[in-house]
Amino acid sequence: MSDGTTTDEALNPAASAAPAYGRSLALLALAIVLIALPFTVQAIGQPALVPLATRVLIYAIAAASLNLALGFGGMVSFGHAAFFGIGGYVVGILYRTMTDDGLFLGFIPGTDQLLITLPAALLVGGLFACIIGALSLRTSGVQFIMITLAFAQMLFFLFVSLKAYGGDDGMTIRRRNALFSLNTRDDITFYFICLFVAALVFLVLWRIVGSRFGMVLAGIRQNERRMAAIGIAPYRYKLAAFVISGMGTGLAGALMANYLRFVSPDMLHWTKSGELMIMVILGGVGTLLGPLLGAAALVVLETVLTGWTEHWQLVLGPILLLVVLFTQGGLNGLLGRLGLGRSAP
Amino acid sequence: MTLVLEQLLNGLQFGVMLFLLAAGLTLIFGIMGVINLAHGSLYMVGAYASAFAAAQTGSVWLALLAGLAGAAIAGMVVEIVVLRRLYARNHLDQVLATFALILIFNQGVTILFGRQPLFVSVPPALNGSVQLLPGLTYPVYRLAIIAVGLLVALGLYLLINRTRIGMLVRAGATHREMVRALGVDIRLLYTAVFGLGALLAGLAGLMAGPILAVQVGMGEQILIMTFVVVVIGGVGSIRGAFFGALIVGLVDTSLRAFMPGLLRHVMTGPEADALGAGLASMGIYLLMAIVLLVRPKGLFPAHV
Repeated sequence: MSDGTTTDEALNPAASAAPAYGRSLALLALAIVLIALPFTVQAIGQPALVPLATRVLIYAIAAASLNLALGFGGMVSFGHAAFFGIGGYVVGILYRTMTDDGLFLGFIPGTDQLLITLPAALLVGGLFACIIGALSLRTSGVQFIMITLAFAQMLFFLFVSLKAYGGDDGMTIRRRNALFSLNTRDDITFYFICLFVAALVFLVLWRIVGSRFGMVLAGIRQNERRMAAIGIAPYRYKLAAFVISGMGTGLAGALMANYLRFVSPDMLHWTKSGELMIMVILGGVGTLLGPLLGAAALVVLETVLTGWTEHWQLVLGPILLLVVLFTQGGLNGLLGRLGLGRSAP
Repeated sequence: MTLVLEQLLNGLQFGVMLFLLAAGLTLIFGIMGVINLAHGSLYMVGAYASAFAAAQTGSVWLALLAGLAGAAIAGMVVEIVVLRRLYARNHLDQVLATFALILIFNQGVTILFGRQPLFVSVPPALNGSVQLLPGLTYPVYRLAIIAVGLLVALGLYLLINRTRIGMLVRAGATHREMVRALGVDIRLLYTAVFGLGALLAGLAGLMAGPILAVQVGMGEQILIMTFVVVVIGGVGSIRGAFFGALIVGLVDTSLRAFMPGLLRHVMTGPEADALGAGLASMGIYLLMAIVLLVRPKGLFPAHV
């Protein structure tokens, strides 16, 4: 993870004083590590690490998207599992419709083409985020946390009760979605698909955070009233950020459904929202690469601890507690302080 | 008609259980500003401690004592060790830290008692049913739960509105800094309030034992509903928690009881049952969303 550290440090807004070439160099190093990863782990005889890395990437997409709302926009959403699950169900329902040769809602034909399912998940995730966000953003503070949770729970119970799509048991997707003539069943191929999507998502988020829109969003987070006073309507900006956040999370859900070849209401459960939040906080709220770090930390920790003891949550719990109580700014901030002695934002 | 009455009583019984949890949660949030996701774990601790004591000693009173003491002690330890450090933090840190506490509590209980649910028998004195109306018999134990819940509500009302501690609690909920500035030992007050909240959660847990299975994860199921109650009622308001709990209890119970039946008029049996159960579970969240959209601070806001 040492390469990740330097990159991360370089991408911190506070560290932007670092020479530009240092930042590009570090990013390049991260890219090389991620691209070389499948071949390296095969060379050292650990091919099982490829699916693990794929899961990290997928969760990183979801966590980074959540971070746009939570870290950059200051909207503590406790319901992002809704968009994650919706993305998954878009893939599942389209696949089921295709195998049944039917029409979803009477006019949408099914498909198993990744180039269609991913944008569809993006769109549907955004649509739901638009509806949920438009209503939820009328409240703030603890009420916002709870109302986003309430909407996610509603969708959770809706999918539990939809027997046509597996209900409680979820539904299996027999084959991963197809992309050109690639063999998506192959772990390494699928890893690179996820890596490509993740790179795209991080690039878009990086552009958004640095744009005028991102600046306004940061301003609203810091002082909503002041932004309103200088003539900016906070509601629209917050809603836009929330929708983009939901879209990214939906996309991650679609990839996850492909990865597992299975969707179930578990993807919408409130503990999944909690997990995504943990990744963001673990990595560092409001930092670009923090969610990647947090997702990697949580997924790897979970895998290592499960192999080690049945009671892995008893180890994870105190670790989380220590991170919250004693590190300001998550792992990203901790590494930043250890690394260059410069305080993270 | 008797079916409706029976469901109303069930709703009332569920409502007072929710109230016991919501009262503590709303006080903790209102006074200390902490979102305590681990409140459900204290409910679980109460249920387990009481079930364990009942199995070991066979005494109802010892079981009662163990449940209350177990939850209250666990609550105060949690407050002193963890939550005290979180008062000044943002909601995000609080959510994560108390989420971590849930993991710790759940795994701790799993190690101590295993994954098998424990079953607790109804105390002999409260066994059996009584006939309330011609054709309507109702279990004594559930009536006792309703009575205990209403008594606790009355007691809390007197405590909050008629005593010095209650005055501090009310003052703390609305003007936290001022209370501190006037020289009140706010840390002691915080620990006491947290202990009281935990005690009530433990009471709910131990009473739930004989009607539900005592198992790991029982806390989270009811925790989310408790949050719904607190938000509907208005954060920090005991009165809001009381009416919110009754509303949520009645709405949830009657939707569960009657929704599948209503749907069966328009679709086939099994599908209607599944969809009805789903819609019934969604009901209270829909209710909360509507309440928040109409009155963003809840029905009885504490901070006016």
